[in-house]
Amino acid sequence: MNILNIDEYSYLKKKLRREPNELEQFIISAEWSEHCSYKSSKKHLKLLPMKGNHVLVGPGYDAGVIDVGNGYVVTVHIESHNHPSAVEPYGGAATGVGGVIRDILSMGSRPVALYNALRFGPVDRNSKFGSKNRWLLKNVVKGIADYGNCIGVPTVGGEVEFDKSFDNYCLVDVASIGYTKLENLVMNTAKKGDLLILGGNATGVDGIHGASFASKNLDEENRSAVQIPDPFLEKLLMEATLEAIENDCVKTMKDLGGGGLSCCLSESADSLKKGFLVDLSTIPLKQTNMTDAQIMISESQERMLYIVNEKKKLEFFKIFDKYNVNYSEIGYVTDDLNLSVVREGNTLACMPAKIIAHAPLLNRKFKQPSYLDAIVKSFREPEPQMDIKKLVFKMLSNLSICSRKWIYEQFDHEVGVRTVSKPGASDSSVIKLDEGKFLSFKLDGNAKHCYLNPYEGIIGCLAESLRNLTCVGASPLGIVDHLQFGNPENEEIFWTFLQTINGIRDYCKYMNIPVVGGKVSLYNETSSGPIKPCPVIGMLGLIDSKNKIKYPKYTSNQSIFVIGTTKDEMGGSEYFEYCLNVLGGKVPHVDLEEQRNVIESIKNLIDGDLITGVHDCSKGGMIVSMLEMALHSNIGFKVSVDKMPNKCSRLDYLLFSESHNRFIFTTNHDSKIIRYLKKRKIPYARIGASSNDRTCLIDYKGKAVFNSSLETISQSYHNSFTNLFTKSN
Amino acid sequence: MVRIGITVFPGSNCDRDVHHILNNVFHVDARYIWYESSIDNFDCIIIPGGFTYGDRLRAGAIAAHSTIMNKIMDLADDNVPILGICNGFQILVESGLLPGALIVNESLSFICKWMNVVVTNTDTPFTNLFEKNQKISIPIAHGEGRFIIDGKSYSKIRKNNQVTLEYWKNNPNGSTNNIAAICNEKGNVMGMMPHPERGSDRDLIPVGHNQSSILIFKSMINYFK
Repeated sequence: MNILNIDEYSYLKKKLRREPNELEQFIISAEWSEHCSYKSSKKHLKLLPMKGNHVLVGPGYDAGVIDVGNGYVVTVHIESHNHPSAVEPYGGAATGVGGVIRDILSMGSRPVALYNALRFGPVDRNSKFGSKNRWLLKNVVKGIADYGNCIGVPTVGGEVEFDKSFDNYCLVDVASIGYTKLENLVMNTAKKGDLLILGGNATGVDGIHGASFASKNLDEENRSAVQIPDPFLEKLLMEATLEAIENDCVKTMKDLGGGGLSCCLSESADSLKKGFLVDLSTIPLKQTNMTDAQIMISESQERMLYIVNEKKKLEFFKIFDKYNVNYSEIGYVTDDLNLSVVREGNTLACMPAKIIAHAPLLNRKFKQPSYLDAIVKSFREPEPQMDIKKLVFKMLSNLSICSRKWIYEQFDHEVGVRTVSKPGASDSSVIKLDEGKFLSFKLDGNAKHCYLNPYEGIIGCLAESLRNLTCVGASPLGIVDHLQFGNPENEEIFWTFLQTINGIRDYCKYMNIPVVGGKVSLYNETSSGPIKPCPVIGMLGLIDSKNKIKYPKYTSNQSIFVIGTTKDEMGGSEYFEYCLNVLGGKVPHVDLEEQRNVIESIKNLIDGDLITGVHDCSKGGMIVSMLEMALHSNIGFKVSVDKMPNKCSRLDYLLFSESHNRFIFTTNHDSKIIRYLKKRKIPYARIGASSNDRTCLIDYKGKAVFNSSLETISQSYHNSFTNLFTKSN
Repeated sequence: MVRIGITVFPGSNCDRDVHHILNNVFHVDARYIWYESSIDNFDCIIIPGGFTYGDRLRAGAIAAHSTIMNKIMDLADDNVPILGICNGFQILVESGLLPGALIVNESLSFICKWMNVVVTNTDTPFTNLFEKNQKISIPIAHGEGRFIIDGKSYSKIRKNNQVTLEYWKNNPNGSTNNIAAICNEKGNVMGMMPHPERGSDRDLIPVGHNQSSILIFKSMINYFK
């Protein structure tokens, strides 16, 4: 079997001006895998706006770094572990959490929060792959819980979506936020003679070929590639590392993730513009009889590379001894710019780090997918549905909509004493920083919209994130993007990738929000085909006062306002796909100028203390937002939905449309609000008021179309997830 | 001023949280005690939550057999107040300082949420500022928090008034008779599954709950006045 393909082999040979040996080819094949090299995506990612006033370190590093003032910085990163989780959900998800924590740690910051975005096929009992999907969901959640809980980093937010395109597969995205003083950031420097120290776990055959496993369509039999989690070791590694940083022992640090030592060493040497000499006989191994190539590409978890000055060595060792964490001097820094791998004096491999770290980039072809035309042709407008009550209850028990209490109660979301808004309580997570500031972070994705229109779809995700942040009084600092697609060699799939990049570029440039980090995950396919395009956005924002944090909550007898226009934009909506099983239609469009105006208005109303509660409107439509507010408040309402600003042709569309730029909020200051919204030319309406009891009443043109008690609504909304796992399977 | 020691084992997580709350909210002198170091000169010891030794074998089992626990047992004999929170409670039970056992939750899942508990004994160094049967808000977060005890021992701890906190209305983990916290016969050693340090900063109290669990630490400080 060839280790490299012909093109890459010839390219390497030309660059080296000689034949590469076998070990060199293994090193190259790990680093030039799609997973590590981004060879399909890199050219296009450069188009994204990455600069901003607060951005200290942008994409391309282990984590983005943002200045939050008063001498403090926040670090942020997103990772996925899709392929491993699909074959071994518990270990795959757990090691995903471990990886993102080490990325945050690599910058010198303590991880203070974890988040996740999960995708599964339908898990209900009637679905074809329901039991397999349920097994994946249950074990992914447990894997994340066991790792995050044990290591003592709270999981404070997340989202989950179900779609047939994820049948027999899953997407496990994990993000983490770190927080530290500016002065503690590891500055990544090195000079000749500095020591290379490998700390943490020993190297074993677990995770061999992980990066190339993740750079191909899923092969379920290939189970040996899944890494084994050990959160207790990572906790000790984390504390030892932070103590070493505090004592100024670490000059450079890098996590060992995909591609193992090959990637970690070549990328660090290249970015430092130095050479490394590493002796393989010094690497602590889990077992004997490992080949040199296995040692170089193993992805055993809980390992970190440190560059330490000779003078600080003993202090560093003392700290690691205190925590009982293993370490080994594996080599030193040179000036020759090469990554040299030796064993007891014999050179096994020697190549310029720059060549290893820079795979030849590819020009992937692209074309508009034929499925888009086919969907347009086959689309028929569904008949108007009259039984609104039945539809509403169906929607509330939709697992992409209902309460995710079953998931987040398994996560310790309180450890660290920073969690201000508990999971499920507000539109976006809120954690407390020092110095009286608060940080919000929200993950959003919508595979159904992105499938039908990748460009509008991703802009919609970004717009939703910003609305969610706005509800808790946060101003955006930056985003991380996680771009998940099928096989990039497929021109149609690559087109959806490019459309997504264009969408992020256009939105972020217009809104002036920098991209501070991200990740690309390709080849997300099973034997039944590719996943729907599934970019996930994580937006980070800062809140300067606790008073600005608003919840989707009201008290009795408050006016309920809706702003923004509801349109017949039903394509990819939960209503079409989940309730009616209809594919196609127009995906909601975001008017960027309008969004800026609407966001600015909500912000000003919050600043002026005119709003009591506010909620974004997205998946499931305005009806879901209204009922969620009622559930959070434990108080009913009476509203007339025909008053909502709208261009809808029918009642079911009016209730379930997922048009953007809409909010629902409550107030005691009707006239001030009306005066303000008129001045800003924002479409608005006072659609009714909260009541004194626990009944939700909805009128349409004078006729009651929905009337239900909160007890009944709560049963659908709060118990659907739990019932799935507590009733006998 | 009272000097409080907070034990730090490999895998302790809530040591930093308790340290932060005591130093920055209560402004008392609270210090870390690394599990291999000296434990002298403290008025009071807190064994915080976390996953000591990664919960290997059983939660708290390995830490319970460490040298520092022998010293803590001596302090317990000398009437020094000792509070175990969550994993700290598990360690106290495993070391035999408190009766009963803590096993896997009835649901078999880890559970993290805000609860209401009732203070049933106000005669300890940790509960002296509460009113008898006061209902308080406090979060829990554990996988092995189901307190069980045999019938005879239960009658004994009930008679001695050793049950200090009981879950109110909802029993989250299947604990015998809703027990959330107990103390030893003398009352100077208490173990509790809920986390008072998570209920002591008013910014972190969710809507619909109150900051009353702050009285656990306040009682402790009050005890030394």
